Amino acid sequence: MTDTTSTVEQQLEITLRVNGVARTATAPARRLLSDFLRHDLRLTGTHVGCEHGVCGACTVLVDGQPMRSCLMFAVTAQDHEITTVEGLAPDAEQMSPVQQAFTECHGLQCGFCTPGFLTTITAYLQENPDPTEAEARECISGNLCRCTGYQNIVKSVLRAAEITHEREAGA
Amino acid sequence: MTTRMFGAPVHRTEDPRLVTGNGRYLDDLGHDALAAAFVRSPYAHARITDIDVSEAIDVEGVVAIYTYEDLDGKTAERLPLLIPHPTLTNPMTGYALAPELVNHVGEPVAMVVATDRYVAEDACERIRVEYEQLPVVVGIEAARSGEALVHEEAPGNVAAHMVQEVGDTAAAIAAAPHRLTLALEIERSACMPMEGKGVYARWDSDEQSLRIYSSTQTSTGVRAAVAAKLGMPLAKVECIAPDVGGGFGVKIMHPWPEEVLVPWAARRLDADVKWVEDRREHFISSAHERGQLQDVEVGFDDEGRVLGLSVKLWHDNGAYTPYGIIVPIITSTQLLGPYKPGAYKCEFWSLFTNTVIVTPYRGAGRPQGVYAMERTMDAIADYLGKDRADVRSTNFIQPEEMPYDHGLLFQDGRPLMYDSGDFPASLAKLKELVGWDDFAAYRAEAEAAGRRVGLGIGCYVEGTGVGPYEGGHIQIETTGRVNVSTGLTSQGQGHQTVFAQIVAEELGVRMEDVHVTTGDTRRFQYAVGTFASRAAVMSGNAIALAARNVREKALRIAGEALEADPGDLEIVDGIVRVKGDPEAQVALSTIAVLSNPLRYAFDESAKAATQFAGTPDMDKPPVADDEEPGLEGKDFYSPPRATFANGMHAAIVETDPQTAEITILRYCVIHDCGRMINPMIVEGQVHGGVAQGVGGALYERMAYDEAGQLLNASFMDFLMPYASEVPHVETDHLETPSPLNPLGIKGAGEAGCIPVTAVIASAIEDAEGFPITSMPISPTELWDLRHRHAAGELPGLRRGSRTTTTAPTA
Repeated sequence: MTDTTSTVEQQLEITLRVNGVARTATAPARRLLSDFLRHDLRLTGTHVGCEHGVCGACTVLVDGQPMRSCLMFAVTAQDHEITTVEGLAPDAEQMSPVQQAFTECHGLQCGFCTPGFLTTITAYLQENPDPTEAEARECISGNLCRCTGYQNIVKSVLRAAEITHEREAGA
Repeated sequence: MTTRMFGAPVHRTEDPRLVTGNGRYLDDLGHDALAAAFVRSPYAHARITDIDVSEAIDVEGVVAIYTYEDLDGKTAERLPLLIPHPTLTNPMTGYALAPELVNHVGEPVAMVVATDRYVAEDACERIRVEYEQLPVVVGIEAARSGEALVHEEAPGNVAAHMVQEVGDTAAAIAAAPHRLTLALEIERSACMPMEGKGVYARWDSDEQSLRIYSSTQTSTGVRAAVAAKLGMPLAKVECIAPDVGGGFGVKIMHPWPEEVLVPWAARRLDADVKWVEDRREHFISSAHERGQLQDVEVGFDDEGRVLGLSVKLWHDNGAYTPYGIIVPIITSTQLLGPYKPGAYKCEFWSLFTNTVIVTPYRGAGRPQGVYAMERTMDAIADYLGKDRADVRSTNFIQPEEMPYDHGLLFQDGRPLMYDSGDFPASLAKLKELVGWDDFAAYRAEAEAAGRRVGLGIGCYVEGTGVGPYEGGHIQIETTGRVNVSTGLTSQGQGHQTVFAQIVAEELGVRMEDVHVTTGDTRRFQYAVGTFASRAAVMSGNAIALAARNVREKALRIAGEALEADPGDLEIVDGIVRVKGDPEAQVALSTIAVLSNPLRYAFDESAKAATQFAGTPDMDKPPVADDEEPGLEGKDFYSPPRATFANGMHAAIVETDPQTAEITILRYCVIHDCGRMINPMIVEGQVHGGVAQGVGGALYERMAYDEAGQLLNASFMDFLMPYASEVPHVETDHLETPSPLNPLGIKGAGEAGCIPVTAVIASAIEDAEGFPITSMPISPTELWDLRHRHAAGELPGLRRGSRTTTTAPTA
């Protein structure tokens, strides 16, 4: 037996601000942010599709910017504002414009990649509230979907921009 | 009247849950379960000489480590051959954990169970396995040569050899005015659902029962397989498919080794155990498809009419044949598409290789078959200098010839008999949509601008809705809630919505009152699974029949309550009323109360059904002899044979004269799946299918080296198309109802991907002026073909000036 096998992994108390709420759990330093959110904080809306940053299913917003949560350690996310799909809806009664657009435009099928699209698009529309169809396609071209063929996701991006404007006009 | 739900583009009822992060996929369950991880073979063909777990067992957090030696009873035996076939003379299946030999990289050799997946993987790293490497067979040509063998029991690496023939093909080809031969190749791809596989098992030692959650396309299949492997009564095993993040075929294979091992370990450890596949595991230990070599010989007349067609296929089935030879059977039968060859012979060899197993992937053998046939149609048109659509048209089965019997046996062991379809009408729609007759002018314009464009076409017929059966159960609660259950599973096809549409339509209830459960053996125990575009056809019709049973019972009870003839009653928005007399009505919720005479008043509605409520007829028992309590009904649908959907695609591509980059400019689809339950969902299925087809045509391949290592086993290297690679899809529909089932529907799940490889090959060939015989095709490969063509090594198409094949109309 070697010494290393008996070494107990150091556990850290990690506090994250997720969806506006401070959440604390204990995990080792190597814990991925995606796993920490999903298994330690039980916010399972964030999904893991590849674990090497390619598919985008695990995308969350870190200080409003889309980030691959499978490429970050949970400890490094301390002191940042994390938004997951669970935090996109303004309240329990109402979906966010992007969420609503996806349901209206049939922008999802199995729904597994969807949270990553929703967070990505939410951040994009902050930057560009009036995308063209080509820009909408560009905006989602870093996320993989195996079900929809993207057509209705492009449509959803455009519809989300419309809904945002409608809500602003109505407010 | 209520709004018609059947046929309406109703928004999906699953979506609010899924877009708010409230889906429950496999890995969203069992946070406190122990985690399993696997040591997998790093070699494609090897003998295990030693496994040393001593370093691993002391890793903090490791609970157990298992190798083949630990397995007991049937878990130590080979995994089942799910679909035997008389021509599958050398079937071979793997083990849950390899006992001695490994036959592909990724085969499971040892299992670690630990408190945490990270720890389990740490332990896997410390397990030392010694291997003696054996000769490796990679690729169809190596398998066909038989120089090295995957399994000693299978000479020539042949798992199956099958021949079907109608007519005297050799004579028909010999007598034909013209003959052509083609040698075609198509590479491996894979389903690659965004969610990999996963199993979570809960052993209840008090009940001696097992609950399995699996990311599967068949929960009843997994349940039965696990019960058999673990030697448990079926009644003590339940299986649930939770939200499933895509399947596309790979999750119909079962039981996967992990589906046996995780429940086995859960029982043995008396603890919850979970395994969630990572992406690399999915690449090297799940399933692939598509790889085939094809030799075609065809004889035809001056019009391009096929008089005899002989096809030889060599199908790469990978290391094992657990799912039988469904894929090459489908290729060999479905390649006929909408055509009627004078005589037809198809012979295939299903071959072992030291690579990942091959099981159905969306389209299941059809993309290869359509590729063979459509390349042949293009070759005939080219040879004769005829319009490619005209040659196809000449060979079409006509609507008045339906039902059309090809005289062959299909994958379900039943006659290959088309039930309906109107191929000339579909072609006319396609030509209109893509602007077929105007293309020559468009090409001339593009050429003048220094651009190179081509038009491709592909037609297919798809056997959908294969049996043997599915069932449906409907129960109306006293609140008016309608519970619907069916045994088959969902992986994103919108079953919750379309089945609710059917029930809303058949029963006359509101969509929001209908609650659908799929793939849960606690709720419905008899089912086959979701594959072969069968869910809407099979469960849809079963649920419709069940709804009709419930409706009949509701009207019978309502008739007594309203003192009316059931024939004079209708149900609107959950209220049974006398036609033309809106005053005389009773809610379905009330009928549910009346249908169930009670002893106990547990709530207000129950009070109305107790033994002292109302004025019962004392001469009759509370529940009549031929009646059952409750407002519910069940039925099954079992078709005589498959129903055949069909479609035609056309694409315009541009190939860069310098870089050989291939861009799809337009993609058009005509689709006929009979009556559509929800056109929005059907279109979504088509879009997704086309995207997978585009992947298969231009990007996706399994890059094995000679040693059987998969060199591109990650999303970084296996090129699945992003939004930037998938064209906008233009669609139009034809609805040729199926005469085989009460709803007149056909399956739609796979259609989109079936002809894409053929269509893109056709379009690139048309743009470049030389034959395309190997797919997928990359810019590099196209660039090489151009150089070979320029060097005279690759003959050009035979047609003269391209513009003479079709006359510009404008």
